[in-house]
Amino acid sequence: MTSPSDTRLIVGPFNRVEGDLAVQLDVQDGRVASAQVNATMYRGFEQILQGKAPHDALVYVPRICGICSVSQSVASARALAQLGGIAMPPNGQHATNLILATENLADHLTHFYLFFMPDFTRPVYARHPWHAEAVRRFAPNQGEQVRAATAARQRWLTLMGALGGKWPHTQAIEPGGSTRPIDAAERVRLLAHVREFRAFLERQLFATPLESMIELHTEDMLWDWHAQDPLGGDLRFFLTLVRDLQLEALGPGPGRYLSYGTYAQPGGGFALPGGVWRAGRARLEAADTAAITEDATHAWLADGAGPLHPLLGQTRPEPDKAGGYTWNKAPRLGGEVIETGAIARQLAASHPLVRDAVARHGGTVYTRVLARALELARVVPMMEDWLRALRPTEPFCVPSELPDEGSGMGLTEAARGSLGHWVVTRHGRIANYQIVAPTSWNFSPRDAAGTPGALEQALVGAPVRDGEQTPVAVQHIVRSFDPCMVCTVH
Amino acid sequence: MSGPLNVLWLQSGGCGGCSMSLLCADTTDFQGHLRDAGIHLLWHPSLSLACGDELVTLLDAIVQGHTRLDALCIEGALLRGPQGTGRFHMLAGTGLPMIDWVRRLSTRARHVLAVGSCAAWGGITAGGDNPTDACGLQYDDDQPGGLLGAGFRSGSGLPVINVAGCPTHPGWVIDTLMALALGEFDAHALDPLNRPRFYADQLVHHGCTRNEYYEFKASAEKPSDLGCLMEHMGCKGTQVHADCNTRLWNGEGSCTRGGYACIACTEPGFQEPGHPFHETPKLAGIPIGLPTDMPKAWFVALASLSKSATPKRVKHNAVSDHLVVKPAVRKTRLK
Repeated sequence: MTSPSDTRLIVGPFNRVEGDLAVQLDVQDGRVASAQVNATMYRGFEQILQGKAPHDALVYVPRICGICSVSQSVASARALAQLGGIAMPPNGQHATNLILATENLADHLTHFYLFFMPDFTRPVYARHPWHAEAVRRFAPNQGEQVRAATAARQRWLTLMGALGGKWPHTQAIEPGGSTRPIDAAERVRLLAHVREFRAFLERQLFATPLESMIELHTEDMLWDWHAQDPLGGDLRFFLTLVRDLQLEALGPGPGRYLSYGTYAQPGGGFALPGGVWRAGRARLEAADTAAITEDATHAWLADGAGPLHPLLGQTRPEPDKAGGYTWNKAPRLGGEVIETGAIARQLAASHPLVRDAVARHGGTVYTRVLARALELARVVPMMEDWLRALRPTEPFCVPSELPDEGSGMGLTEAARGSLGHWVVTRHGRIANYQIVAPTSWNFSPRDAAGTPGALEQALVGAPVRDGEQTPVAVQHIVRSFDPCMVCTVH
Repeated sequence: MSGPLNVLWLQSGGCGGCSMSLLCADTTDFQGHLRDAGIHLLWHPSLSLACGDELVTLLDAIVQGHTRLDALCIEGALLRGPQGTGRFHMLAGTGLPMIDWVRRLSTRARHVLAVGSCAAWGGITAGGDNPTDACGLQYDDDQPGGLLGAGFRSGSGLPVINVAGCPTHPGWVIDTLMALALGEFDAHALDPLNRPRFYADQLVHHGCTRNEYYEFKASAEKPSDLGCLMEHMGCKGTQVHADCNTRLWNGEGSCTRGGYACIACTEPGFQEPGHPFHETPKLAGIPIGLPTDMPKAWFVALASLSKSATPKRVKHNAVSDHLVVKPAVRKTRLK
């Protein structure tokens, strides 16, 4: 199955990812020659949802994932809305976008400060000039910036208490809007909450106003900005590490990027439009959702019918299946492996700096983390606009009448990428429910043709130091995707 | 006990949402708050540096008795399938089912906590036909047993402490851990389902902002209406044990304040209510799920009386998403 190798490492359990993950590495001459990604846990949400009342999906699906909970709700609500031909009133759309953005930005903050940066405090980097500063800022449980970011996150998520009752696992998101009307006085208070978060970003992460961050249009401008104060703010500190550790070349993805587009607007369209971006073509193509398939060849799941579109998808465990090495299916778009996440979203939504950086370096540890930070700067001002657009005496929600027979597709973007739900109803009950999550794409196994998934490709060539059992470079690459394993296999 | 409370936190058949909720604890310095309360995280999936072989070394040290384990926190259901093998969750890098790790570690733990309803009862993961044979640490829905068995007692002599909720409230977890660190948590602190009494002796109804609508049975009819959610919208808050409307969520939130029903997420079996979650099951037009400690005939009589006495203001506002009739300003110098 694999080429002759000097060493085989089974790396896991992986933490500071959501859920459990193992990665099998074949190492030759100090580099990863081949990788297999194993999503180690199966719960069976697609089986659990069979036979339920369609609206009940809104209780179950957020509980697929504690970190993408709202994203799951939005995808489900959009699928049910398509099933029932339901349109949200403008207030409902803005409120839903605010709830979704609150989660996505909280996840970006959590990823940077709690999940990704702490790896640079490891003793393996003790000889680098920045190491003591990394420890001071990012040591788990003690680092000054880790603690400040945890506090900022807690304050930020009080928006969820107001907008959605609680987080995770709100039921405020309906196909027809939001169950939680916001009155005029609350709106004023919520704007103050957003300003508080903006202040954290402008002081701690960027040490620069958000509007100035958005104006950095090229990599040259970015590095000029970095040179002004290489340790000023946590993003510039990260850029200092990029230079020293060549993170711009670490973990290259497949070079094809998918975003469904997100933050649907009342007049149609998206605040961040979607599409497929290909390295080299420098042109945005529409995402053809009819060309999405899931291939279960290397999953411990029945695959007798071959690759299937999610509307026809099946999920039946076969734990003893030969050739299986993960519970995750292999999603493909027109048969191709793609990468998804903030990097894809910002490429599709025409962020000039992200497009410039990806044109030079591809999708790597550096560009994935950069795109996430820039999205923080870009979306906070949008949220301020959406709050101002709420009209407190107009409707927030319309009732949902769902047909007994039909189907629906609901697409959205979780923090970590493109999330799709497909629902089929028969006799007023769910006959099929299929979920294709962001990390299903990114951490896909091989398909029937033997083509490795995005992470499996990105890990090839990663350096492995003498004696490393859990190679630090592999950790950087894995975490640069901000993986969510509980979404991956649901 | 000398030294801090050593806490090991592991996740299995759940969503990780109880950990995400934990990080929403109402404090300006989460990590300092734990440390100052004498709580030491040996390892937590979201918060620790140790990864891969470093964690496996720690787990081995605990199992062999070299590292003291005061509180084993398990988040997520225990996946016994397929056919009792536990292979639906093999702990990465160890080649062993998670249920084996939990069994071994629980014999070394002074206290065992089920964090969230999945770990307590099976929860959402045990929904539908329960494809993974999921259960709680010491319960299978409301039946004692689960992975560790009804007779299990941790080193302290206590059964598994069920900090149930979906997700669980950060305050419920931290208050339990702080009480354990102080040595102030004993069998009297647990309710009949082994939930901490400090939150489980309350009802979600207590402190509900829709109380005036409840009093007059002025009921919401569609999502976003301001009225009481019990009669039509599936709310079980009058029966459900938790302090969600007095100890609020994410600042000023709760389910009912968010405009949707309490679905009884702290209770065993909540994942399969036998009716659509957002609709109240009724018999002859009367909700089946009435307050548990009130004679049904009295409830019906009072409801009928209060409905006929409902002020116009309450009646109209109940079916609107904003106040359409405001409280009248008629009197000053109220007595």
